[in-house]
Amino acid sequence: MSYSDKARAAFQSELNNIKEAGLFKEERYIHAPQGAEIEVEFPVGSPPKRVINLCANNYLGLSSHPEVVAAAHDGLGHRGYGMSSVRFICGTQDIHRQLETNLTEFLGTEDTLLFPSCMDANAGVFEAILNDQDVMISDRLVHASIVDGMRLCKAMTDTYKHSDMGHLEEKLQEHQDKRIRLIITDGVFSMDGDVVKLDEIVALAKKYDAMVFVDDSHASGFMGKTGRGTPEHCGVHGQIDIITTTLGKALGGASGGCVSGRKELVELCRQKARPYLFSNTVAPVIVSGAIKVLELISKTTERRDKLEWNTNYWRKLLTEIGLDIKAGDSPIVPVMLYNAKLAQDVARDMFAEGIYVVGFFFPVVPKGQARIRTQLSAAHDKGHLDKAAAAFKKVGAKYGILGLNKKQIIEKYGM
Amino acid sequence: MDEMKKMILDYVRREYLEEDDDRDLTENTPLISGGIVDSFSMVSLKRFLEKKYSIQIPDADASPEAFDTVNKIIVLVNRFKKA
Repeated sequence: MSYSDKARAAFQSELNNIKEAGLFKEERYIHAPQGAEIEVEFPVGSPPKRVINLCANNYLGLSSHPEVVAAAHDGLGHRGYGMSSVRFICGTQDIHRQLETNLTEFLGTEDTLLFPSCMDANAGVFEAILNDQDVMISDRLVHASIVDGMRLCKAMTDTYKHSDMGHLEEKLQEHQDKRIRLIITDGVFSMDGDVVKLDEIVALAKKYDAMVFVDDSHASGFMGKTGRGTPEHCGVHGQIDIITTTLGKALGGASGGCVSGRKELVELCRQKARPYLFSNTVAPVIVSGAIKVLELISKTTERRDKLEWNTNYWRKLLTEIGLDIKAGDSPIVPVMLYNAKLAQDVARDMFAEGIYVVGFFFPVVPKGQARIRTQLSAAHDKGHLDKAAAAFKKVGAKYGILGLNKKQIIEKYGM
Repeated sequence: MDEMKKMILDYVRREYLEEDDDRDLTENTPLISGGIVDSFSMVSLKRFLEKKYSIQIPDADASPEAFDTVNKIIVLVNRFKKA
């Protein structure tokens, strides 16, 4: 025991600072499977309230799909609960390799390696394949897990302004002296919901002899006409050197992620990526469920088509109401409020109206960019969206923000 | 000195601020601790200075503290220009 009063006081003080800055996060307990409607206990101790869920990454509505659940049960029965091993000792079953093969085919790559999460895939991939003769050139809005992975890698880092192809080109010219140039981007940017200009990036990569890395976590399964992700959406399917993605969002929503791409790079990850080498294998039950997910979405595009319809309808509804939303065509639709307190107040009032949304503010998004991030699902029906839009209209009117643009909202509430 | 200040300020504005960002930038504005330049993006500033002033700044000297304001950067550049 060496947890002294002094140490406790220091940690308590840090927690108090987080609270005072208005950044303290609290979990909300959900008393139901994930879905379009869920039972939420909030605040803690309250009776669970049935609400429409507009903040899950359950894009295809497969998190609780009966066929996925049945496949998971089947995996549990035939391959057990856990493997009690990392992959390379005695943690690889036939189904792990089958899922990797299926993902390779789905993503249009050469090979795939599963990781416990996409966070782990991003944490491990750069260090495994690059060295100090190389440069990583990343979009300035890439996901935090990529930032962490880049920190662990010895290659030089540089960045380009968000989706600014002219700036990226300057950087590629500047780093021609490096052995490898790796352009790093998200497929769909998680906070703004905008889609990468991947066709332009691939063209620049060819021109300047660079490789392309895409984290397609917010796109795999539904972006593109057959859901193959942003490479398909942008017409460059099969041309991406490294894709990382997650099984924790559209593809069943349980957990697990992967590195998929050129076979030598995937093999290097198998040999060297530390989160792969030193953490437990993905549980058989999840692997079995994910195999079923890929089977379902390869058979029909019905679910991603419905998600696309929902996305267009929802964007139209919010625009008609007069809310300030970020333009784009992904199912991430941010309602811009700019002021952190306003974002929290609107989210709280929406919950009272039976709509579950969450306010996002600094440090998750830049200062003065507070928002409510709404996310669509194929599990939503038109009635859900109409009800949610009516609630936004009522709450938006209460705060007098309907029809206001960015400047007017900031004038009214500050940043 | 004023010319160097202007040169670096112009570069920081062009390289790190978005077009609609009208933040007032002076030689004492905290760049790294103020969130304008992150540690990954610092490399382009370092390379710009090295090229512009024909100097080599060793990585050990290119700390976030040494790059935190344009004034501090000027001190750093002058140190290596003389060396």
